[in-house]
Amino acid sequence: MKNINWFHYAAPQTFYGLAGRAWPWFAVLATVLAAAGLWLGFAVAPTDFQQGEGYRIIFVHVPASWMSMVIYLAMAFWSVLGLTFNTRLSGMMTRALAPTGALFAFLSLWTGALWGKPMWGAWWVWDARLTSELILFFLYLGYIALTSAIDDTRRSDRAGALIAIVGAINVPIIYFSVKWWNTLHQGASVSLTKAPSMAEIMLWSMLLMALAFWFYTVALVLYRVRTLILQRERHASWVHELDEVKP
Amino acid sequence: MRWDSWAQFWAMGGYGVYVWGSVGVTAVLLALEVLQARWSHRQTLAQLQAEQAVAQSSAEDLM
Repeated sequence: MKNINWFHYAAPQTFYGLAGRAWPWFAVLATVLAAAGLWLGFAVAPTDFQQGEGYRIIFVHVPASWMSMVIYLAMAFWSVLGLTFNTRLSGMMTRALAPTGALFAFLSLWTGALWGKPMWGAWWVWDARLTSELILFFLYLGYIALTSAIDDTRRSDRAGALIAIVGAINVPIIYFSVKWWNTLHQGASVSLTKAPSMAEIMLWSMLLMALAFWFYTVALVLYRVRTLILQRERHASWVHELDEVKP
Repeated sequence: MRWDSWAQFWAMGGYGVYVWGSVGVTAVLLALEVLQARWSHRQTLAQLQAEQAVAQSSAEDLM
């Protein structure tokens, strides 16, 4: 493999253009996949023999929960890069990811409550899976509150990076909670090591929705990081020369 | 198609409130997030344009 100069692409000026060209493609992919996933999940997939039609919440619940964990890990990843290489883009990427992560964590809890009520008879129980996901939601809120409370960008990025990295320990706890503790929440329906415990058509609908959420996140984060780049590089001459900024 | 009528589709076998409460809130919040991101981007561009305009006019004043 040839040596790619990643630092070149990580320069805010280059990344601004790159992200601008990339996000519409991810948005289109997300829309197409969501349409396919919703069609398959709500028009084609059969009724579940235990949960009736109620199980269809899975098509938003599982993808939202996965994304809430993936996004936090992505924030931790960018934070490690930021602390090691001191690249400006890392802090902006971490910050661009946080609101979407918080949203998916909230949706995971919300759809979980709406699923728990008819199936368990309770909107909420303090079991390990639910509690650790709630902590994840609070970690997102904590990250957002902390970074927006510190005016100095570098210090704010560093403080945020610490929360992101330390909090990442919670992600494997969420994932393995159903194995480590006795939880009311069911075990994993899909895992890397064994065959999935659901009908194939249901599985495909769920995977399509998960991919759709993934691409949605990529599109939105690329879009949002461009706004952040403009805000932070407002005094750079390359920003003044952009067509969209010229008065 | 698994449904005989729209009424049946919306009822979701008695789980309508839970299923549509999940799908609906997800759709609405994602849409709001998109709108918020767009609004914030436009706001930033407008602000940068205004700053540029001020910088240009003060540069002209100096000449």
